[in-house]
Amino acid sequence: MAKQLKVALPKGKLLPETASLLEKAGWGLDGYTDGARNYRLKSQRFPNLLVKMFHERDIPIQVAVGNYDLGICGLDWLEELMAKYSASPLVKLRNLGYGKGALYMVASGSKVAPSIEAIQAKREIIRLVSEYPNLAEAFALKNRLRRFSVFPLWGAAEGYPPESAELALVAGKPGEQNLKPVSDVLDFQACLIANKNSWEREDLSQLLSSLDVHLPAAQTPSLPASARKEPSSGSYPVPDVDGKVIRLALPDGHQQSPTCQLMSKAGIRIDDYPSTTGNRRPVSHLEGVSMKVIRPQDMPMQVANGNFDLAITGKDWLTDHLYQFPSSPATELLDLKFAWVRIVAVVSKELPVESIAELRQLYAERSLTVRVASEYTNISDKYARDNHLGVYKVIPTWGATEAFLPEDADLLIENTETGSTIARHNLKIIETIFESTGRLIGNKNSIDNPAKAKRIREITEILRKALAPPPLAKGD
Amino acid sequence: MGVQRAKGTQDLSPEDMRKFRLIEGVFRDCCLKWGYEEVRTPTLEYLHLFTSTGTLTPSRLGKVYSFLDWDGWSGERVVLRPDGTIPIARLYIEALSARKLAKLFYVTNVFSFEETGKESREKWQCGVELIGAGSTVAEVELVLLALGVLKQLGLQNVELRLSHADLIRALLAKFGLSPEEQHKIYDRLLDGDEAVLAMTKSERPELGSTHSTSSGQALATLLEMKGKSSGFLKNLKALFNGESSELEPALSNFIDTVELLESVGVDYHIDLTSGRGFEYYTGLMFKLLIDGEQIGGGGRYDHLIPLMGGKQTPASGFALYLDHLMKSTKVGTLAGPQAQKILIRAESGAGLKGAFKLAATLHEAGHNAEVGLGAQPPANYKWLLDVRDKAPHFVLTDRSKRKKFEAQTAKEVLKLLG
Repeated sequence: MAKQLKVALPKGKLLPETASLLEKAGWGLDGYTDGARNYRLKSQRFPNLLVKMFHERDIPIQVAVGNYDLGICGLDWLEELMAKYSASPLVKLRNLGYGKGALYMVASGSKVAPSIEAIQAKREIIRLVSEYPNLAEAFALKNRLRRFSVFPLWGAAEGYPPESAELALVAGKPGEQNLKPVSDVLDFQACLIANKNSWEREDLSQLLSSLDVHLPAAQTPSLPASARKEPSSGSYPVPDVDGKVIRLALPDGHQQSPTCQLMSKAGIRIDDYPSTTGNRRPVSHLEGVSMKVIRPQDMPMQVANGNFDLAITGKDWLTDHLYQFPSSPATELLDLKFAWVRIVAVVSKELPVESIAELRQLYAERSLTVRVASEYTNISDKYARDNHLGVYKVIPTWGATEAFLPEDADLLIENTETGSTIARHNLKIIETIFESTGRLIGNKNSIDNPAKAKRIREITEILRKALAPPPLAKGD
Repeated sequence: MGVQRAKGTQDLSPEDMRKFRLIEGVFRDCCLKWGYEEVRTPTLEYLHLFTSTGTLTPSRLGKVYSFLDWDGWSGERVVLRPDGTIPIARLYIEALSARKLAKLFYVTNVFSFEETGKESREKWQCGVELIGAGSTVAEVELVLLALGVLKQLGLQNVELRLSHADLIRALLAKFGLSPEEQHKIYDRLLDGDEAVLAMTKSERPELGSTHSTSSGQALATLLEMKGKSSGFLKNLKALFNGESSELEPALSNFIDTVELLESVGVDYHIDLTSGRGFEYYTGLMFKLLIDGEQIGGGGRYDHLIPLMGGKQTPASGFALYLDHLMKSTKVGTLAGPQAQKILIRAESGAGLKGAFKLAATLHEAGHNAEVGLGAQPPANYKWLLDVRDKAPHFVLTDRSKRKKFEAQTAKEVLKLLG
């Protein structure tokens, strides 16, 4: 194995079993653990091997574009890529026998799962939500849904039906939270994939044979599970929507605790938030308000489409949304002054540039494409346009973006509090694009709606009073 | 990294555009003479226009260019027009449905993803839609109009292949296939997948055998049969005598159309599986080929307008593929006498004003005149017209006859040009 080979390995839920497989295979990887501080790993057994850790979802893309020869990820993410880009040069080599799960299209049903026809009969536009938007769209086309909208989500899809979506494509077990499977979409497990070019031209045999003996007997690749045979004939309950109730979206994740503090300061009691059981519908003691917990990243779009009247998210996500949809009805109502971060442009420390202008000049001189990696695709796109980066491409990522520099991207648009993570990965900040804090956002149409306007103003005022004085400290 | 056009797209050079406009001109001319009116629909449409059952097949939907518009927060996508007919049906429902009869034509581009690189992802077509007429007369008129355009373009060896969507559906229904299976086979036939019959035979051997109907015909064999006259269809009808109630309407309609075509002297082949069609077709489907390459096609689509929310309205139409026609059409066979081009050259900066004034006068009089930019080779022009500061103010040279004429005024120049 003279030539350098590159392998992309997953962080997150597949990590422990992948680590144990590679340990048995004798790769001798140092530091392939959860919470690893360095995403670049060396193998004691294969000195020419470069291993990098990615969010599982980024792996098929990184292998397809040829940045990595081999990768390990769930079949679900491979199929999600192939559903949209069927010409991607990827070869699925084999199943690895762990990380098993299934994707289901679920809906809310009373007893039996509702049929697609029953759902279609209820609404003009079927709303589908998922972390797997391409597979959701393929499902809609295959099932000839007349009119549909697919909302890509960062998470919490199971919390959407029935009031915020008719169908959700989710990984895991159906039956939870009164969700009925309308259709099985895919059985998946961890699999080993290769770039087609590498597979045809490079000698990967040593790596492959080191893995082979430690794998369960060869299995036939699992194909997308066929649609359920038993007829799903249940009816589709349409939730009663009270036109006066204000629907408020609360954040999960890091923003939960400052949101909680603010609410209690404002005297708004909320039961089961944050929830220890994963309940996404906390009970509010604020009259005329219903609450649901979703990802802050998904909130601006969900407010814009009218699923929520109000939401608590970050300015960063509102900005990203407004750059994609400049005339969106999602608008900022109040700066909540918590969860302060800077949105910054980041390059490798090795790069001899100190500003975006210098970066532009360097890449123009070398006639190179600037690869911009970010979770904020629309902020990145606008930043690249505004700075005339010339030939550039935006690579959407799902976390651990620092790992992309310098090999797999040239510029990151990231958020940071202290800058220490950036410094630790041998990166430097060349510009602060803007500062972001938590915001109360609302739908302009709801604010103009006489049935809701007064209540929205009241809630905004309660929160404003809770903020001052004394103001919450900046940062953490 | 050089400057390059996007993958799967093409440029039309001046030579290409000459051909393009010629074909477009012949097409427009023919349509206007038959009493059709030109329309143009937007490049962007809502995706949902195309997703309903009976519009585009899922495999074609998997190749549309769809995206969220700048105000697409509701999640509804727009598409770059993937088809010519559906937007016309939308236009009819939205703005023209008060008319009993709408005879419309258009020249438009359609977009569809294509991986092989052999074809462009943006294709041009000349389309005709006849909305509000359900008779065989309408079908025959469309066939004659299409053939007329091809004849005007000087194209020979045009082959007309006929099929019938309802007849195929009725045959599929007759052979005990589940509705889902019928739908699948039909979609694949329409997508031009000629292997589908062979595959159906191997997966469902009973469909290839002769025992699948009481009268002993095999579905695949029936679909594969080809004929050259209405007699063929009458034979087919006789074959199903007694059990042809489901086939009757489709067969009778097909026979009527074919007989009328025969009576006006149109040559055709009947080939039920001659693929490439649209899911929205209901009756006659036709394909036009030159040397085996399809250059156009059309058919009846009576269900499309009601399916899209309009009233029950019979309709049919066809499209000619401009990109394919451009390959077969020779400009020389069509172009009239070359215009007598004039090059106006100013002797000095002061003469430029006179040159531009003269150019305007010549243009108004219908001449083809260019002002010299210092880079036009005189050999490309019949006339050279020098604008001088002193008398004589204009010197006109006839390059082919090697003769020079002098003139003092623009009027005299016009006279000399004749």
